[in-house]
Amino acid sequence: MAKQPVDYEALLGSIEASFPMVQILDKDGKVVNKDIMPDLSDEELVELMERMVWSRVLHDRSMALARQGRLGFYAPTMGQEASQLASHFAFKKTDWLYPGYRDVPQLIQHGLPVSQAFLWSRGHVEGNNYPEDLNAIPPQIIIGAQYIQAMGNAVGQKLAGKEDQVTFTYTGDGGSSQGDVYEGMNFAGRYKAPIVFYIQNNGYAISTPREKQSAAKALAQKAAAAGIPGIQVDGMDPLAVYAVSKQARDWAVAGNGPVLIETITSRFGPHSTSGDDPTRYREQESFDYWEQRDPLIRFRNFLTEKGLWSTEREEELIAQTKEEIKQAAKEADQAPKMKISNFLESMYDAPGQNIKEQIEKYQAKESK
Amino acid sequence: MANLTMIQAITEALDQELARDEKVLIFGEDVGKNGGVFRATQGLYDKHGEDRVNDTPLAESGIGGMAFGLAVQGFRPVAEIQFFGFVFEVMDSIVGQISRTRYRMGGKLNMPVVVRSPFGGGVHTPEMHADSLEGLMAQAPGLKVVIPSNPYDAKGLLTSAIRDNDPVVFLEHMKLYRSFRDEVPEEQYTVPIGKAAIAKKGTDVTVVAYGYMVREALKAAENLEKDGVSVEVIDLRTVSPIDYETVVASVEKTGRMVMVQEAQRQAGVGNTVISEVSQRSVLSLEAPIGFVSAPDTIYPFGQAENTWLPSADDITEAINKAVNF
Repeated sequence: MAKQPVDYEALLGSIEASFPMVQILDKDGKVVNKDIMPDLSDEELVELMERMVWSRVLHDRSMALARQGRLGFYAPTMGQEASQLASHFAFKKTDWLYPGYRDVPQLIQHGLPVSQAFLWSRGHVEGNNYPEDLNAIPPQIIIGAQYIQAMGNAVGQKLAGKEDQVTFTYTGDGGSSQGDVYEGMNFAGRYKAPIVFYIQNNGYAISTPREKQSAAKALAQKAAAAGIPGIQVDGMDPLAVYAVSKQARDWAVAGNGPVLIETITSRFGPHSTSGDDPTRYREQESFDYWEQRDPLIRFRNFLTEKGLWSTEREEELIAQTKEEIKQAAKEADQAPKMKISNFLESMYDAPGQNIKEQIEKYQAKESK
Repeated sequence: MANLTMIQAITEALDQELARDEKVLIFGEDVGKNGGVFRATQGLYDKHGEDRVNDTPLAESGIGGMAFGLAVQGFRPVAEIQFFGFVFEVMDSIVGQISRTRYRMGGKLNMPVVVRSPFGGGVHTPEMHADSLEGLMAQAPGLKVVIPSNPYDAKGLLTSAIRDNDPVVFLEHMKLYRSFRDEVPEEQYTVPIGKAAIAKKGTDVTVVAYGYMVREALKAAENLEKDGVSVEVIDLRTVSPIDYETVVASVEKTGRMVMVQEAQRQAGVGNTVISEVSQRSVLSLEAPIGFVSAPDTIYPFGQAENTWLPSADDITEAINKAVNF
């Protein structure tokens, strides 16, 4: 028999081998890769922990508020703190964030007041009345659409000559199957746009497990088709997520174009508070496995070992955050009642005949 | 004044806006060095450079997303969708995302995006190229949908569209690109969006049309002039928002109306106009409103398109019916 022209098995293996997972802290908080330890001061390390604890409290309180009917749509974040907060930690306030709907913690860290995040969740326009210096677009609902939009944003930053500025955006393992995710990466590569793409692979797209999304062993390998670097990182390890993100941002700022980062993470809870029951599609072993890999456990251990963290400190922070969130929820209650006439006014810069007529109609109705 | 075809008028509008405002960017498939498959962007890449006029990868959704992000960054993107039949690939960007952004942000964020695209039947394109999909666009709140019927309007409307702070879908009927010339001023000017034009004055019946059908309506009107029927032809120019004031004023004057569209019959722009006129002017009507459209099939196989497309004869018949009621 003639020799086969291609060894497909070897070819597949070589693709898989090209996407190793970066880790710095193991699940217990021991340093396993000190060579790539990011250059963070003690204060910065503590701040990162504070943000992650803050996010866990935000999650807990949001779940409670949702149960009380005081929040609308909420996508739980517990388990994804390293993936979300340690990635965001690598970016600057001047960078542009295009979040998915689970990325509210990053949006708040980027400058959205908590009360407005709650208003967004409740379906109130004031939730999107962004502060002047908040460089972000409200969370994307259409899975993957943020990738092409963020790409356009980054092309714009490049054309405008904004030197120390990048765009960063998030989707999930489900999102990685969308055509827009590929188109976003492919365009960004073609335009060498300064952007960092995240796939937060938390194992499930609502109920559909990661294996059913793609035959790709690593979702990071989707970058290869677009001709851009892709890397897998332990998404439960804040130091690894930060280190890889920081380097990706530097790479993009230097004019090298985009990077794709896949964070291997887990959502401990349901997809959303709208009736999802994860026990329908997930075994107890899976929860147990991932809860042992809780990013808070490993970072708490790491920082405690260094003498930078204590139970008291954490408890104090939790109490303080709860109070802030309580105030934010109260503040959100004060938002004015919305009017359809105002919606009509905000449809266009200058209204056409139909809108003008309808504004009159609704103003009359709403002034009664 | 120069004697220009519609495609030349479009190129001139793009060229002059690129020169006037550095925030204007043109991109799409083959719009760079090649100047677009219809040459709408002919010479613009060489004159204004690759940053301003460039070829995107072949992916309509990506083009729409890029327009969104560029608009957020303060640019005025003019994206070309090579044929409007390909618009389904970019529906989320246009109808789902770009159209809703000002509203979503409480009126605070401009989305000055223009999506230019050739459409329309009668030029023997392959399938998925010729469909009249303006009705789908016109149903989307937040968009404006503009369809010029002649070179003069094309230049003025496109200039307005680029300067507009809201998204405009600008549809260019392929049969109009090179079929006739108009006197087009060399200097820049605007034709207002949302304002219909009286393409021909008349007293007996109002024909409302847009795009290429304005030409067919004018043909019918000229023929009927010989029979002593005075036809007023209204060119909508913008199908969202529609200028009902102009239409209603004309119908109340003539007492008769025929709506003409190249698109299929159900839903769509024509039915909207008829519905509004019925609600506003029913007591002025002396005859039922006529409606000339294509039938409710998929756009036909190429060899059948001329019998499928509404023509001056169909319009003449509908006018006679209205006048002789």
